[in-house]
Amino acid sequence: MTYSPHTEADRARMLEAIGVATVDDLFDDIPPAVRAGGWEVPDPLAEQEVRAELARLAGRNRIPEVSFLGAGVYRHLVPAVVSEVIGRPEFATAYTPYQPEVSQGTLQSIYEFQSLICELTGMEVATASHYDGATATAEAALMACRLTRRHRVAVSAGLSPDYRRVLATYCSGPGVEVVTVPIDLAEDGSGATEPTAAAASLGDDVACLVAAQPNFYGQLEPMAELADAAHAAGALFVAVVEPTSLAMLEAPGAYGADIVAAEGQPLGIPASFGGPYVGLMAARMASVRQMPGRLVGATRDVEGRKGYVLTLQAREQHIRREKAASNICTNQALMALAATTYLAAVGPRGLREVAELSMLQARHTAAAIEAAGLGRRRFTGSYFAEVTMHVPDAARRHAALAERGIVAGHVPGRDEPALRDTLLLAATELTTDADVERLVAALETTR
Amino acid sequence: MSVAEAPGRSDHSGRGSAFSGATAGDELTIVEPLIFERSRPERRAVRFPAASEAARRAATAQPELPASVRRAAAPRLPEVSELELLRHYNRLAHLNHAIDLGFYPLGSCTMKYNPKVNEWSARLPGLAESHPLDPEPLSQGSLELMWLLAELLKEVSGFPAVSLQPAAGAHGELTGLLMARAFHRSNGEGEQRTKVLVPDSAHGTNPATATMVGYQAVTIRSNERGGIDLAELREALGPDVAALMITNPSTLGIFEDQIDQVVAAVREAGAIAYMDGANLNAILGRFRPGHAGFDVMHFNLHKTFSTPHGGGGPGAGPVGVSERLAPFLPTPIPTLVAGDPAVVRANAWAGHSTEGARFALDADRPHSIGKVRSCYGNFGMFVRAYTYIRSNGSEGLRTISNDAVLAANYLRVRLRDAYDLPYDRISKHEVVFSGRRQKREHGVTTLDIAKAILDHGIHPPTIYFPLIVEEALMVEPTETESLETLDTFVEVMEGIAALAASDPAAVKRAPTTTPVGRLDEAAAARRPDLRYAFDGDPAAGAAGTDMPASPAAPSEAPTA
Repeated sequence: MTYSPHTEADRARMLEAIGVATVDDLFDDIPPAVRAGGWEVPDPLAEQEVRAELARLAGRNRIPEVSFLGAGVYRHLVPAVVSEVIGRPEFATAYTPYQPEVSQGTLQSIYEFQSLICELTGMEVATASHYDGATATAEAALMACRLTRRHRVAVSAGLSPDYRRVLATYCSGPGVEVVTVPIDLAEDGSGATEPTAAAASLGDDVACLVAAQPNFYGQLEPMAELADAAHAAGALFVAVVEPTSLAMLEAPGAYGADIVAAEGQPLGIPASFGGPYVGLMAARMASVRQMPGRLVGATRDVEGRKGYVLTLQAREQHIRREKAASNICTNQALMALAATTYLAAVGPRGLREVAELSMLQARHTAAAIEAAGLGRRRFTGSYFAEVTMHVPDAARRHAALAERGIVAGHVPGRDEPALRDTLLLAATELTTDADVERLVAALETTR
Repeated sequence: MSVAEAPGRSDHSGRGSAFSGATAGDELTIVEPLIFERSRPERRAVRFPAASEAARRAATAQPELPASVRRAAAPRLPEVSELELLRHYNRLAHLNHAIDLGFYPLGSCTMKYNPKVNEWSARLPGLAESHPLDPEPLSQGSLELMWLLAELLKEVSGFPAVSLQPAAGAHGELTGLLMARAFHRSNGEGEQRTKVLVPDSAHGTNPATATMVGYQAVTIRSNERGGIDLAELREALGPDVAALMITNPSTLGIFEDQIDQVVAAVREAGAIAYMDGANLNAILGRFRPGHAGFDVMHFNLHKTFSTPHGGGGPGAGPVGVSERLAPFLPTPIPTLVAGDPAVVRANAWAGHSTEGARFALDADRPHSIGKVRSCYGNFGMFVRAYTYIRSNGSEGLRTISNDAVLAANYLRVRLRDAYDLPYDRISKHEVVFSGRRQKREHGVTTLDIAKAILDHGIHPPTIYFPLIVEEALMVEPTETESLETLDTFVEVMEGIAALAASDPAAVKRAPTTTPVGRLDEAAAARRPDLRYAFDGDPAAGAAGTDMPASPAAPSEAPTA
């Protein structure tokens, strides 16, 4: 199978025009010593054959019948209209809008995306998006270093372990030190960051405090107090949020966040084994010059028509080269379009219903496990739509249920030894009463 | 006045009255209003079921959200019906140029056809609904797919190890340089090696990446043939150099014909040889960087392996590395833990079952640079790239490069009279012309030429890049454009060159057939309007205050 349109006559005509005898002559510039020999790439497949191969691989996955797995990636409804819009070839097969006159569709949709993210987060400016929530968080921390000219960042242990790993890698680049602020992991503790502990780790060389709302364990953090602690030390406050929760939870802009980072996957993007997703970043207008990544702005054309362009590009690598705010060169435009379409599709009431149903089913799940005597909430305080349950012998039971196609959430003990014998259970609006019943019944059998 | 009525602005994609519903702003005309302006209270597109009684009853025993964390004012999201929503985005779609609509010879971006079967694959529920943290026994298909794709990328590139994790080419660069630094540190040379050499023809991401890793980027000038100046390279190489980043074929579309000597010199100096694989599309089956002595290369799956560019992402930027860099690869790596690799490959290539094989994520990598992205990378792009490579097969991959190179050289010879060609050598994936003659003789710039191309339903080449070519026009036709399309492009380019001579003002008026005319980018940067201003908001979009016209001075630049 090849997608080349050329006939042998076409090729002959081109060779003749070029003035060479064979196509091999066009590779004469490769030094003979390093020309490739053979390779073991398999033979071409016809469409029906390649479909069979991909169906074989898809069939080797087992999509769970019941799943309470979240831990940063959530299975929400992806409305059909969202798939329809992002499937349009005018969006999917365009590239970066370098020529705005023929890219107004992409540019306007990104402007809408930026507007929606500002509205959701209560911030003044949002970028055109980043690779994912983890890299957006890492870039936010480095941005805070540039803004404050400080070289340490303090990170709550309530931030996802995956995000903390990515943040550590990014910070290792320019040699920024990462300090971890503990959360209260005591039995029946808050499971959240203590403002006093945060204050203690914030010296006058710390650029920012990074905390997640809700945190990785589902617990709600005292964000306003953490922001105050950061500001008291002259540091910025970076809030990492879950976007559907913002229908219910206070907007970061209202509790003093200076930079907001988030994973946009819950907004109409399938789990797809980890990507592609979309990282969200928003900040105060005063710091826009140090923001990494693309920005779209409104302007007008020669005849006074409103239009959109990539703007403030003097921050970016193609202008500034080694002095750029980041090496980032693209955004995740198609995934940003999915999030934009999703937010417009569900609207303010729909997003609130998603958040409320998710919270309700998480509470239903926790209550059912407690009622069956299978476990209890590991932490005090409130939570959003994910809950950490103390369940004896959690890892073994989790594995046993997986064999039956039931995923009993995530096992936090793998990363955090203090949380062995816990399960992190997430619910969404797709979680049904029957799912809760099946989870509880399955856990019963593993006593 | 709506755009449809604007003089001289014809309807080139069935627009016309499609915009009759568009509203006019006070002093601006608008092609399609913002989704916010379509909003009416109580409209909605998606409904969710009511909460069950059982859930409500059970939840009463659980904590509610404390008032202290509750949101005061609901976000003002649009309220629209599904049809209005769909029409809005369909109308916006009509304002875009795209590969599926027409020729897109945007140099360095490899805007080739994105086969539809790849999309079919990525939407298979068994793959699209696979959660990255699902227990490994449930994810064997996803893990096998990643392992097989890595095996193919190894074979194509000649590298013994691959990580799929980086989400884009620039992200692959970051990963590669972090590994280079980890390698030097492991040899006790971390402190002394502080520089990264970058040719002056390089993409801006190369020096920007060097900065992100704390390196100093040092520019190496190209020689008069557009290649690396070996003498200058040898001069620059020393015990303080960590790596050379070289794009090969280069951004001039030229294969570095002394690449063996370049790599030898870099290795001799104890530095890491990094190949930017952005232009791999030209050399499949012809040159394998891993065999030629390179230590690391990033692939752009969205270029060479045809995953859709999506208006600027998502892409995928896997890296291949030499044995000596393999310990430093990002973690985790999908690994075959039970089964003979050769047998598994043979079965997969033959379409036979691989049921006995077992795959796992290897996270026990003590020397790894860590993670560069959550989870394992842009998996949906892996599915498309795997489909593409299997469809093409060995023979198809060779044909891709043969035909891509053939097309670029065809345009080189066909257009070298109409436009200056500063480096008239065999092209690889692309050819870089210069509009300097048109500028000098007629005052028509490359920007004017690009805008004139728009009026022919063709996306212009990349312009003003690489920086070493004055008034650059960087043309990458790719292998999927027919000879008729290439000939049409030649006619269009010749016609514009002729018009530049006979009526330069006509070129400078372009474009006249696009949904909007030339946009005021300076005004956009001076008074940034980066978001919708709701009624009652204090100021439009971004604060409404003038921004300083110049970027922050270098002394204020990032130091972190």
